[in-house]
Amino acid sequence: MSIATTHPAEHHADHHPSGMLRWLTTTNHKDIGTMYLTFSLIMFFVGGAMILAVRAELWQPGLQLMQPEFFNQLIGVHALVMIFAALMPAATGFANWMIPLMIGAPDMALPRLNNWGFWILPPAAILLTLPFTLALMGIGDGAIATGWTFYAPLSVQGGMGVDFAILSVHMLGISSIMGSINIIVTIFNMRAPGMTMMKLPLFAWGWLITAFLLIATLPVLAGAVTMLLTDRHFGTHFFDAAGGGDPILFQHLFWFFGHPEVYILLLPVWGLMPHVLSTFTRKPTYGYKAQVYSFIAIGLLSVVVWAHHFFTVGLPVPALIYFMFSTMLISLPLAVLFFCWIATMWKGAMTFETPMLFAVGFIVLFGIAGLTGLILADVAADAQYHHSYFVVAHFHYALFAGGIMGVMTGVYYWLPKWTGHMYSEKLGKWHFWLTVVSFNLTFIPQFFLGLAGMPRRIPDYALQFAEFNAISTVGAFILGISQLLFAWNIWLCVRGGPKAEGRVWEGAEGLEWELSSPPPHHSWETQPVVK
Amino acid sequence: MSHCVCQGGKHMNTSATRRSLWLARFCASAGLLLSGAAHAEYKFNFPEPVTPIARETLHIHNEFMLVITILFVVVFAIMIYSMVKHRKSVGHQPAKFTGPTGTVQWFWALVPFAILLFIDFILMGIPAVQAIIEMEDTKTRADMVLKVTGMQWKWQYEYPGTDVKFISTMSTPREQISNAEAKGEHYLLEVDNAVVLPVGKKVRILLTSTDVIHTWWVPQFGVKRDAIPGFLRETWVKVEKPGTYRGQCAELCGKDHGFMPVVVHAVPEPEYLAWLEQKKAEAKAAAGGADRTWSRDELMAAGKEAYAKQCVACHQPEGQGMPPAFPALAGSKMVTGPLLGKDGKIIKDSHVDRVLNGKAGTAMQAFRNSMSDVELAAVITYERNSFGNKTGDMIQPAQIKALR
Repeated sequence: MSIATTHPAEHHADHHPSGMLRWLTTTNHKDIGTMYLTFSLIMFFVGGAMILAVRAELWQPGLQLMQPEFFNQLIGVHALVMIFAALMPAATGFANWMIPLMIGAPDMALPRLNNWGFWILPPAAILLTLPFTLALMGIGDGAIATGWTFYAPLSVQGGMGVDFAILSVHMLGISSIMGSINIIVTIFNMRAPGMTMMKLPLFAWGWLITAFLLIATLPVLAGAVTMLLTDRHFGTHFFDAAGGGDPILFQHLFWFFGHPEVYILLLPVWGLMPHVLSTFTRKPTYGYKAQVYSFIAIGLLSVVVWAHHFFTVGLPVPALIYFMFSTMLISLPLAVLFFCWIATMWKGAMTFETPMLFAVGFIVLFGIAGLTGLILADVAADAQYHHSYFVVAHFHYALFAGGIMGVMTGVYYWLPKWTGHMYSEKLGKWHFWLTVVSFNLTFIPQFFLGLAGMPRRIPDYALQFAEFNAISTVGAFILGISQLLFAWNIWLCVRGGPKAEGRVWEGAEGLEWELSSPPPHHSWETQPVVK
Repeated sequence: MSHCVCQGGKHMNTSATRRSLWLARFCASAGLLLSGAAHAEYKFNFPEPVTPIARETLHIHNEFMLVITILFVVVFAIMIYSMVKHRKSVGHQPAKFTGPTGTVQWFWALVPFAILLFIDFILMGIPAVQAIIEMEDTKTRADMVLKVTGMQWKWQYEYPGTDVKFISTMSTPREQISNAEAKGEHYLLEVDNAVVLPVGKKVRILLTSTDVIHTWWVPQFGVKRDAIPGFLRETWVKVEKPGTYRGQCAELCGKDHGFMPVVVHAVPEPEYLAWLEQKKAEAKAAAGGADRTWSRDELMAAGKEAYAKQCVACHQPEGQGMPPAFPALAGSKMVTGPLLGKDGKIIKDSHVDRVLNGKAGTAMQAFRNSMSDVELAAVITYERNSFGNKTGDMIQPAQIKALR
């Protein structure tokens, strides 16, 4: 890297090893970003295949395809894969690719840590899913079957799949913490001259808060699962009442991480939205400062509201009231964000290319997540929603429509910048409309199932739930198959296509668009000056 | 469609009836538009509430749904207006503003937040606090207590102060679940022993668990409370209308989580008292059974029955188990090992020890708490002389009684 700062980019662009070794040893933020994104896309399909098997089982009452034990494994691993191996790496991939380009830095601050951070992920994903294969070979009884939440004492009782999951979560956590440290150090130290914190692109701001949240909360999860491990194998009784422990302690620790995790997944996407909206409305971002302060406020609030995930365990009345009102308070900074997004669109000159379509789809559907979240905070009503399909629908609006559709927005927005080619707009639009329609077809019925009283995580259900489940399964399969269009479009775009300009989009503003598409292997070796 | 409206709207006798009806109609038509189908089985709102809490909950839910629907429509109407009017293709020129300027704009920028604050902390916040206080007030003027114990994968009900205590397991045959038989009307929501409660009485419900966390939930009661091993949690119900109410365990509790329904018969008080007397008599008869000597055939027959209720889910009909989580009983060293020590005491980690005291950290619970002396003696004898096991020995209910 010391050479890199003194020579022009073209000279040493071909000095690095080729083939597999290049990807194993690379410290280049663009290579690592690409690896994160590829890994994320693969795991997105792995997690998706698991849940399609679940939806197929739920197609009609009765057990058709699998036994309950296997069903329980699929739902938990689906969630862990989607959260830790699909959504989080996608956001880290974005950060790796875009933050240095956006802030005028030559690379991430800690390139070797960056490489290590990525290469921990594939073994962790293998560890998580290995028990499925081992069970086929007659070893053990399969993957973790407790749902992604690891609730003790069910997880104390579970088979070796739980140990695999604990180890895997440790590795995924270490990887995320490494990535976070790198992002914080990069943003604080490597901004182009003249780029003050209040000129920092909002995407970088969103990620900065995410990084702090990860560093603050992941160690708590690591602690909780380690306590679980020692309860399982070394005779401790953290979560066992017979030894003076308390099973609810686990839930407190888990959700102290688990609630901020929601914002960890969403903040990078919230940071991305103003860029996309401002590009396709050809109008500057509305309320930059308000958005920054909202990010910070949400970050702070997210660590003081965790108990709303388990209102039904029997908390004292003052705790119920506190957690209800603190949760409702989050609606304020969130409303600021919605206000700013819509105000950015107001009186612009809009066009609706695929990234803009996904951004608008994101705002509307994530709006449903936010509004249903508001009523879930109401303790009395929550007694009915909790542990039901209503909650399942709610958090898929947050994490699929919010998280994953946000990531898709970013992919379509930046793909021409990464590859130097335009993707197929026609395929992109097909992908968008199929995704939005089938997503709603999948999850709107689940709101009604929850209200009618169907608990979540059951492999078989009473007859009155049959119709909505059938609709939901149809929706899920269309949703799953539509995503092949996404992968196909990316593949075509990587292979070729019309040449993309440096600025790509007419209304794009920011340092990243000053570079060619694709940018040179080493970019911003001379830092630009921001006025 | 009119049927769907009734699902949400009928049987409400509060002042909120009219509004709720309107809302139910609104939700139902919105739902129909979205799902694009109309059929008698579709339900778009909570089932009919039968307790004060459930009515309150439905009311809060309907009101909140109305509020968020209005917010949704207003906000996105503005957005859609902008998307139609402010397009490049219609020649709209982009404005340059980046924030509110001047008092008027600041006023309009802050109004949404004032509205939100009002909704969060006043309009919905105050009724919510009242509802919480009412919901958690389990002790004031409680007429009776019911103790509910969750266990993998059944519920035990106790009426403290009487000897009445029984286990309630799902009665849907496995053949229906595996699609070998047609499914009955109450598929998965039917039990062998329903819990019986008097109508119009405030019942304080204490909950605990013997193994993992379960959640006791009857949607029409509007309460859902976790049963936590080693702790007592509480809630209350006051059922206002006789009937049979069905619910399910709501917390993932292992493989048969989907198969532990809750069924409550709410009956007028005299009927309840008569039922309680009958249960008391049964309990007395069962306790008396422990004092006499049972023949081998009697024990085997009672054991087979108890096995089918308590053991078969894990250890399977032929005792083959589901290793490694649920060990086989057929040919098991433990089951075919010595019955009791020479001193007549329990040998550690023997068959009797495992059945009575369970194994910590596994699904094998301590059945001494949930089965009678007769059932325990019978099931132990049955297991030792079935599935190809031929120990030839047997244990008497009186012996179990002495070993407790």
